[in-house]
Amino acid sequence: MSLLDFLRPRPKNTANIARERLRIIVAQERATRDGPDYLPLLRNELLEVIRKYVHVDTDAVQINLERSSDGEVLELSVALPEVKAATGT
Amino acid sequence: MTETIVITSGKGGVGKTTTSASLATGLARRGHKTAVIDFDVGLRNLDLIMGCERRVVYDFVNVIQNEATLKQALIRDKRYDNLYVLAASQTRDKEALTQDGVERVLDELAKDSFDYVVCDSPAGIEKGAHLAMYFADRAVVVVNPEVSSVRDSDRILGLLSSKTRRAEKGEGPGPQHLLLTRYNPVRVEAGEMMSVHDVEEILGIPILGVIPESEQVLAASNSGVPVIHDAESIAGQAYADAVGRLLGDDLPMRFLEAPKKGFFKRMFGT
Ligand SMILES: Nc1ncnc2c1ncn2[C@@H]1O[C@H](COP(=O)(O)OP(=O)(O)OP(=O)(O)O)[C@@H](O)[C@H]1O
Ligand SMILES: [Mg+2]
Repeated sequence: MSLLDFLRPRPKNTANIARERLRIIVAQERATRDGPDYLPLLRNELLEVIRKYVHVDTDAVQINLERSSDGEVLELSVALPEVKAATGT
Repeated sequence: MTETIVITSGKGGVGKTTTSASLATGLARRGHKTAVIDFDVGLRNLDLIMGCERRVVYDFVNVIQNEATLKQALIRDKRYDNLYVLAASQTRDKEALTQDGVERVLDELAKDSFDYVVCDSPAGIEKGAHLAMYFADRAVVVVNPEVSSVRDSDRILGLLSSKTRRAEKGEGPGPQHLLLTRYNPVRVEAGEMMSVHDVEEILGIPILGVIPESEQVLAASNSGVPVIHDAESIAGQAYADAVGRLLGDDLPMRFLEAPKKGFFKRMFGT
């Protein structure tokens, strides 16, 4: 770092941000990769429906396609937000 | 046995052609009879990087459409007589490449006792890219330490394990390697660029090599001499290491750290 750099506002560690974003999107795309083309759309629509009732993150809905000898199983999991301790109203 | 290696990436401009030229040259230098084929129909470029653009008479599509023999279309390298280039055609007809045609050319190269066939894939996931990977025994996925390139590489890894002849036959994908190019250790150390470990961890496949960002790459393409010929350049040395690893050499990764600067430079910048 040069003297001048001390005077400039330092950029955040954007490499870490990139890594975390990629981790999420790559995992998501892998889960639906070999499945039918409608899976990503299905996932998004489900997310919208769930969001009518609870506020969840965009990556809260995970879809997994499991193949076994008996056929295919579509596994959905929804991570609900932690319930905050009720405030006395 | 002929081994077919595809150089692919999904995203454009990450260094596939640069890599194809240097890996093919390196394989030939190590004594293997090698052909390098440009699959980028309509956007021929490998000939320029290999420095043989003025000797292209017939191209890949001419051979596929029986307008020339493979022998007529293969261009022998100026430096290594066991290295040949097959240029892409400049036709705008993307349908010119056919699966049967590509297979026929690869079979003929095998009969002609080539050891390696390096396929320089076009960007994207359309026909040219599909055919470049379809018959491959191995894949080198070229990736830059940047979000869209990494994501596209993962997409390509998915296609390699489902949309290739090996996969269709149920043989599973062949060996897949990551080649991280345009790596800048100074920026990695500053937290501005993902590290080789980050990319390896996200994609989960082994690293064949790390090619540093280097001014010598442009100089090499300007002069039509694959950068691996430039033994002084770090990119050339890194490509030579990658060729060694492809051939099974156990070599440590080099050029992953920023060159150490002196006190004066650290205080006042470069
Ligand atoms: N290690 C490197 N250091 C500096 N520049 C590089 C490096 N590798 C590639 N380049 C430059 O990046 C540009 C794109 O390289 P190249 O043509 O090999 O990419 P490509 O993946 O084949 O592109 P396309 O998708 O268009 O076929 C070129 O200008 C090349 O000189
Ligand atoms: Mg190219």
